[in-house]
Amino acid sequence: MNQKKSKTPMIITLVLVAAIYVAVFIAEQTLPANSMLFTVLKKGATYALVAVSMNLLNGFTGIFSLGQAGFMLVGAYMYGIFTIPIAQRASVYQYFDGGMIQFTVPVIVAMILAGLAAAFFAFLIGLPVLRLKSDYLAIATLGFAEIIRAIFQWNGLGPITNGSNMLRSFPSFNDFNIRDGQGNVTVYLSTLIPFLMAGVCILLIVLLINSSYGRALKAIRDDEVAAEAMGINLAHHKRLAFCVSSFFAGVGGAMLAMYQTTVQAKSFTSAMTYEILLIVVIGGIGSVTGSVLSSFLFVACSEWWLRFLDEKQMIGTFEVPLLRNGFRLVVFSVIIMIVVLFFRRGIMGDKELPDLLSRRMKSEGRRKK
Amino acid sequence: MWDTIFPYLLSGISVGGQYALIAIGYTMVYGILRLINFAHGDVFMVAGIIMVYIAASGLPLWLCIPLVLLITVAVGFLIERAAYRPLRSAPRMSVMISAIGVSYMLQNLVLYITGGLNKQYPTIPGISDTVAIGAAKTKVVTVITPFLVIILVVALVMLINKTKIGMAMRAVSKDFETSQLMGIKINNVISMTFIIGSFLAGVGSILFFTNYPTVIQTSGAMPGLKAFVAAVFGGIGSIPGAVIGAFIIGIMENIIKGLDVILFKAGVISAPLGLATFSDAFSFALLIIILVVKPTGLFGEKVTDKV
Amino acid sequence: MKKLIALVLALMMLVPAFSVADDLPVIKIGVYEPASGDSGAGGKQETLGVQYANAKTPTVEIGGTTYKVELVMADNGSSTDKAPSAAQKLVSENVSVVLGSYGSGVSIAGSDYFKDANIPAIGLTCTNPQVTAGNSHYFRVCFLDPFQGTVLANYASKELGATTVYCLGELGNDYDQGLITYFKQAFEALGGMVIVDSFPTGTADFTSYLTNATGYNADVFFCPVSIAYSTQIIQQASAQGLEIAILGGDTLDSNVVADADKGTNVKVVITTFYQEGANAEFDEGFKAWLNENPDMMTNNGGNDVISAVSVMGYDGYYVALAALQAAGSTDGAAVMAALPSVEIDGVSGHIKFDETGDAVRTSAFVKTVNNETGEWQFVTEQTVD
Repeated sequence: MNQKKSKTPMIITLVLVAAIYVAVFIAEQTLPANSMLFTVLKKGATYALVAVSMNLLNGFTGIFSLGQAGFMLVGAYMYGIFTIPIAQRASVYQYFDGGMIQFTVPVIVAMILAGLAAAFFAFLIGLPVLRLKSDYLAIATLGFAEIIRAIFQWNGLGPITNGSNMLRSFPSFNDFNIRDGQGNVTVYLSTLIPFLMAGVCILLIVLLINSSYGRALKAIRDDEVAAEAMGINLAHHKRLAFCVSSFFAGVGGAMLAMYQTTVQAKSFTSAMTYEILLIVVIGGIGSVTGSVLSSFLFVACSEWWLRFLDEKQMIGTFEVPLLRNGFRLVVFSVIIMIVVLFFRRGIMGDKELPDLLSRRMKSEGRRKK
Repeated sequence: MWDTIFPYLLSGISVGGQYALIAIGYTMVYGILRLINFAHGDVFMVAGIIMVYIAASGLPLWLCIPLVLLITVAVGFLIERAAYRPLRSAPRMSVMISAIGVSYMLQNLVLYITGGLNKQYPTIPGISDTVAIGAAKTKVVTVITPFLVIILVVALVMLINKTKIGMAMRAVSKDFETSQLMGIKINNVISMTFIIGSFLAGVGSILFFTNYPTVIQTSGAMPGLKAFVAAVFGGIGSIPGAVIGAFIIGIMENIIKGLDVILFKAGVISAPLGLATFSDAFSFALLIIILVVKPTGLFGEKVTDKV
Repeated sequence: MKKLIALVLALMMLVPAFSVADDLPVIKIGVYEPASGDSGAGGKQETLGVQYANAKTPTVEIGGTTYKVELVMADNGSSTDKAPSAAQKLVSENVSVVLGSYGSGVSIAGSDYFKDANIPAIGLTCTNPQVTAGNSHYFRVCFLDPFQGTVLANYASKELGATTVYCLGELGNDYDQGLITYFKQAFEALGGMVIVDSFPTGTADFTSYLTNATGYNADVFFCPVSIAYSTQIIQQASAQGLEIAILGGDTLDSNVVADADKGTNVKVVITTFYQEGANAEFDEGFKAWLNENPDMMTNNGGNDVISAVSVMGYDGYYVALAALQAAGSTDGAAVMAALPSVEIDGVSGHIKFDETGDAVRTSAFVKTVNNETGEWQFVTEQTVD
């Protein structure tokens, strides 16, 4: 059926993506820089990458891992540790005599290091854990994330991780803006750059999914035994997927550090993993497009659009009942439950944007006939 | 030496007993549905919050306790009806995600109701009093806990082994489809499982919060996770396994907290190492070790996958 | 029926007439405080001080125009990962100056957002030096941890006669760990011994940590933790019959903690910014205001005992107003430029900033809980030489 796979939907998709990037760039130059929109876009791009990396495991390989927050933590710390300017170290590591590491690397190198470190941890963890079956694997990875958190907070490692104290002063998204001599911003890039970072990483994941490796991973997801019978090396492929996913989770962690401007191990809890998992589910397990879309929707709802629910609202002189701090999250979790229970396939199911486009073109073609 | 270790053992046995009551809920649900009920720890927390509000309404305590247990059971029952039953034919991952969603919702709901503030758990006369055991002082509830746990577990095991519903439960956990064919009303059995699990979580919450009397929306997360670890450690699906696992986890955790002191007093180390930092991490490390060495846990049955 | 509608309409017309200030231009002050999470209780009490000051002085004259002051609240959830969007919310609402936060970690986490938007921030009770160090936009009205740690160490050594102190802080909490570090430095300099332990976030069972303190034969149990944990510690200490004093920092200064200690035998001693009774006019006004507003009373923990953090919130609000007046503009950058030279006589004492932007403070109040009444009692005003 699909022998003559048309290239047109693919091209349309690329044009659409390019258009989004141009729109982001223009919006950033024209709209006020302090708009909530940009916060949502920055955090959304970060979460999109992390969600896609989780989808690679849960959706495409069928490994149910709940260790994402742990790998993000590793990435965020690696990024922070290697990019805090030397001049700031004495102040950041004030309880540890300026820390042990006394050099910095460029941002891009630090991001790759962040990914590699997370992948390395994943490799170590994967050795024992990947042999486990679904739920056991989930709980074991969840446990590993907790262990990583405790290790990074340990005072004994203080000269490297700053112990219980946060890392700060490293380059953040806002440092990507181009400034003139007086420090005034001439070109805003603080939203475009995270978009580019996430875009490149997601593209790499998509390429992997569409390669022969990706097909092997999907075969493992659909039926492990059959896949093994077909000659797919289970251990090798699972480990590969686990390390690649963790690599990008680590890069995502570095981006989260840039977004937050500070890093503290305390905030990388299992609740963060659950949030990302819910994003994947809302987007559709097994759809990269879905994960990306739902990341932006999720972040926009939780940080921006639903915020009015947390404050008293007056319609004329009538005070809307129930609205007070925390109501936003109640409404939000009810929406999530509705999606989980009644729209189980999420926004996209396992379809991608090109799939939708090609179906649409087909039906239009039929109509023309 | 014994005097040094004893207070830690006491704390461990007490908290272990409370983990045990939560762990039974995990292990029974897993035994029947093959579902990690992530919301179970939050049911435990909700039981605590309900107690806070009921006691604040001025009802006498002898009425509060059964009322709390009743509402907790209702909450557990409703969660199963609303969030798990519609997904009975869905892949296991969907149900687990639904459980995570329920957990998220319960926490947010309690955050909203309490305004994010810690709530003081009411004092229960009799079990909140202080009692001295040798050199150590503790609350009466600490002493009661292990005995209460044993009584409840014996009653539960009798229920499972001697009654008709117990037989149905065993049948369902052995083979879901066949027992359905044999005319067992699966839904009733599952509801019953959730009722028992929530009841025990309710009892556990009364004991736990009497000991550590502050309730907040995240109060259930850690005890829930630890109890789950205990259930896996003991061999998931096995009730005695969950109980023994819970006591081991509880005791080990408290020994780790006090390891510096114990070693210091024994003259092994001259300065504290700060090992208490790893009290939580240790439980998880233990979990992973047992999973790798013996994936079925201490008392779990071996399951073979059928293709 | 028509009459009824007419009446309702007439009443609705009247409503705006009561609030005269409505047609005044509005100036926004951001309140960046936790309303949930571990520090939620403290954050709410701190916000109360700001709200009371705002109720008392709802307008400000800037450059000849009278503005109505509107408070914009943002809940940072006591957590550094929720802090950025809360900070960004204030920035996007174009506030002129930010007050807060309770808790040093979240203050640092929000700091860069205010800096990038050229909005000055006034820390109310964030005592960690890192909040204001190395930047020109963050100011602070309270004392600092190196000072507080020294005061506490002196008190433990000289007044309580301690030689060994057991310190317990939350893992990954900048405030706890920072204050413990400064305490340790000062106490060891006085010739004492300090043992430090940390507990993971979300811990409820402190019994083994209390046993540790007894095991080390400590003379004082120092736990500068958040309100949620300190109530647990105090109640469990009471059950275990802990005989040594519990020492705490400014976070413990809350009626919630005092209530937890009521009816027990545990001695709780803390350092703080203000002692009820030091300014009768403020005390009376604040209590009356709480009693008029049941919501506010709930936020204060259900009674009208004054917490020092509320006082700091109150003073912070007037510092902000003074800065706005001195700047003669609502622009953040102008306010920032005016802030270093602002001086006011606050309820908590005279407030004047040094070159890092910290208020010059030379004394702290030491308070203890009366175990029978559950009230805070003044012990002494401690200064460091």
